[in-house]
Amino acid sequence: MSRPNIFEDNLPTRQKTASVWQLIFLSATVVGIIFLSTLLINILNSSFGYVALEARVPPETLAVNGVPLEELPKEELVRLLQEHLSSGAFNKLENEKPFEKRSRSEVYDLVISRIVKYKVVESWNLFESLFRADEIRARVAEEFPEAELRFMSWLTVDTIRRPQSSEALLAGMRTAILGSLWTIVITIIVAFPLGVSAAIYLEEYAQDNWINRLIRTNINNLAGVPSIIYGMLGLAIFVRSLEKLTSGAVFGLVDPTTANGRTILSAALTLALLILPLIIINAQEAIRAVPQSLRRASLGLGATKWQTVWWHVLPNALPGILTGTILAVSRAIGETAPLVVVGASTAITFDPTSPFSKFTTLPIQIYQWTARPQGEWRHLAAAAIIVLLTLLLTLNATAILLRNRFTKRF
Amino acid sequence: MAIRKENGRIINGYPNRRADLRKHPRVRETIIQALLFLAGFVSIFTTIGIVYELGKEALLFFRTPEVNLWEFLTGTSWQPHIEEFGVLPLALSTLITSSIAMMIAIPLGLTAAIYLSEYATERVRKILKPTLEVLAGIPTIVYGYFALTFVTPLLRSIFGEDVVEIYNMASGGLVMGILILPLVASMSEDALHAVPNALREAAFGLGATRLEVALKVVVPAAMSGIAAAIIVGISRAIGETMIVAVAVGAGPNFTFNPFRGAETMTGYIVRISGGDLSYDSIDYNSIFAIGLLLFFITLTLNIISQRIVRRFREVYE
Repeated sequence: MSRPNIFEDNLPTRQKTASVWQLIFLSATVVGIIFLSTLLINILNSSFGYVALEARVPPETLAVNGVPLEELPKEELVRLLQEHLSSGAFNKLENEKPFEKRSRSEVYDLVISRIVKYKVVESWNLFESLFRADEIRARVAEEFPEAELRFMSWLTVDTIRRPQSSEALLAGMRTAILGSLWTIVITIIVAFPLGVSAAIYLEEYAQDNWINRLIRTNINNLAGVPSIIYGMLGLAIFVRSLEKLTSGAVFGLVDPTTANGRTILSAALTLALLILPLIIINAQEAIRAVPQSLRRASLGLGATKWQTVWWHVLPNALPGILTGTILAVSRAIGETAPLVVVGASTAITFDPTSPFSKFTTLPIQIYQWTARPQGEWRHLAAAAIIVLLTLLLTLNATAILLRNRFTKRF
Repeated sequence: MAIRKENGRIINGYPNRRADLRKHPRVRETIIQALLFLAGFVSIFTTIGIVYELGKEALLFFRTPEVNLWEFLTGTSWQPHIEEFGVLPLALSTLITSSIAMMIAIPLGLTAAIYLSEYATERVRKILKPTLEVLAGIPTIVYGYFALTFVTPLLRSIFGEDVVEIYNMASGGLVMGILILPLVASMSEDALHAVPNALREAAFGLGATRLEVALKVVVPAAMSGIAAAIIVGISRAIGETMIVAVAVGAGPNFTFNPFRGAETMTGYIVRISGGDLSYDSIDYNSIFAIGLLLFFITLTLNIISQRIVRRFREVYE
């Protein structure tokens, strides 16, 4: 007598389905990884490559007595500047910094930027430059006979150190990097103490009543509000209503170049509000992880509540709090939308000097460079993205190290 | 500090001073507690600030004689310079870009989450999970750059340059999907991973295959977490700004064709506030009206997601 074997009948089909789906699951993960690596490769691809440069005054014509431009001594270079620039422009340079005090390479840069005046006529990506070099050379020879073809890295120490400029070849990221640093430091000064205090209140002091429940729910909701809304809040409150404070008028410190509240301070306060919920949520988790026995021991020895929190809870929760804060700060560094709304400046070429200066930040610089139609700015944007991602990766790695190194298990 | 006993009384380390062990008010403690409470209250101020400021400017916008609420909600043309204020073109392109994004992020994110939680070895999981979290932290402007310089040219070479415009919703939506993928994957994976092993072992014991365990036991048990992840993903897509500002276009356009350029709600806010903006102009007020709408949409989605988690969470043990 045989029983119908319901298991063996469909077992092969079931196993087949299972293995097919396993393949699908795996490939979804792989597809995700491919997408993201394409993104990174695309950025590297745009940061290097051939450029065809046309000079207004070809450097060969500037050779003196057969000595090429690159090898001319400083005095000859100064003489060249004097010859080719109007006396007004020359005197202006002299007034900014006397030529005697400038190094040879500084003067050489001036000759290139003021006399030779390279212009990008066309640019290529890294892969094109590597695999189609002959084609590119042929095209340049045909279409731009005057042009000089050069392999260029858009990311150099120079592009990081130079201030912003309206010429792609001379533009750099210094203004934007300094702006980002100023903004982020003030953001941390404001958001860290506020966030940690709020977390201490919610975890150690708050009783379970409606107002504390409201604060908790509210913080969770704020964490999900789009960042651009914070930008509008910043525009309405910090830039407009508190203009006297954020422009520095209250302190008599108005930056001569700004007349309104669109300053580093406004930007930093906006970002502080934006990352506050993240800091609070992370700090709460870190404080919650400190075991009750520590608190009871401290209270039992006669410490007050605050003494317990300050000497026992906080030191033990600190690695967790710092990790959370670093992650929140790296979010703030990358934020673009709220700062555009708050009023980042489109083109400033001078370094920020106080919280009341006009500002631009690295992501905003990337946005503006990307939005320009000419190809050369996109290469520059890619270089700036590499700088930004390196910075963020370093921060994230620090956070992970902190977490692994100092987290105590009780 | 030594505590001694003399004649049955507790004396502290100092001569002739009795330890006062009675409870007495501590001013310092009270002040500290009040300060901490204020810090917690800042978040309430933020919410009040958002609702009040956005509401105030939006009210000014709706008070303008050229604007009425009905036209705002149903009009299909947004042309402030000829006094046409219908929000639908902006809302529609937000809807289209977000839908494209979710069509990428939900299937890929969920399958990746199931793979990570149910199939991957512990070692693979330990590498991939933090990678996902780091990728979720890449600034959105970087994704915007990717959309404009890689995905748009790719789409144009596939579908033809006359079909796909330079700025188009498809490219922005696709890249937004890639942006949200790690978020959905990571949150769903958390939910799947939290399902107790006893459930899996019981199913395996009854002869289920790995797939049946994953789809018929683990996923249903983690459904509330997965639903919450999807809703948070949608809310993120609707509020996403820089990708659409860079890649989707700069002009309101009422169209269902994803290969055409249009402007989303967030894109409009960025374009208007990025220019030279005079306060008390109708442009200035209009971005607050749209911002308020955006705020309420995302707030509703977030509240729904929290409700789902609370109400439908399967509690074990």
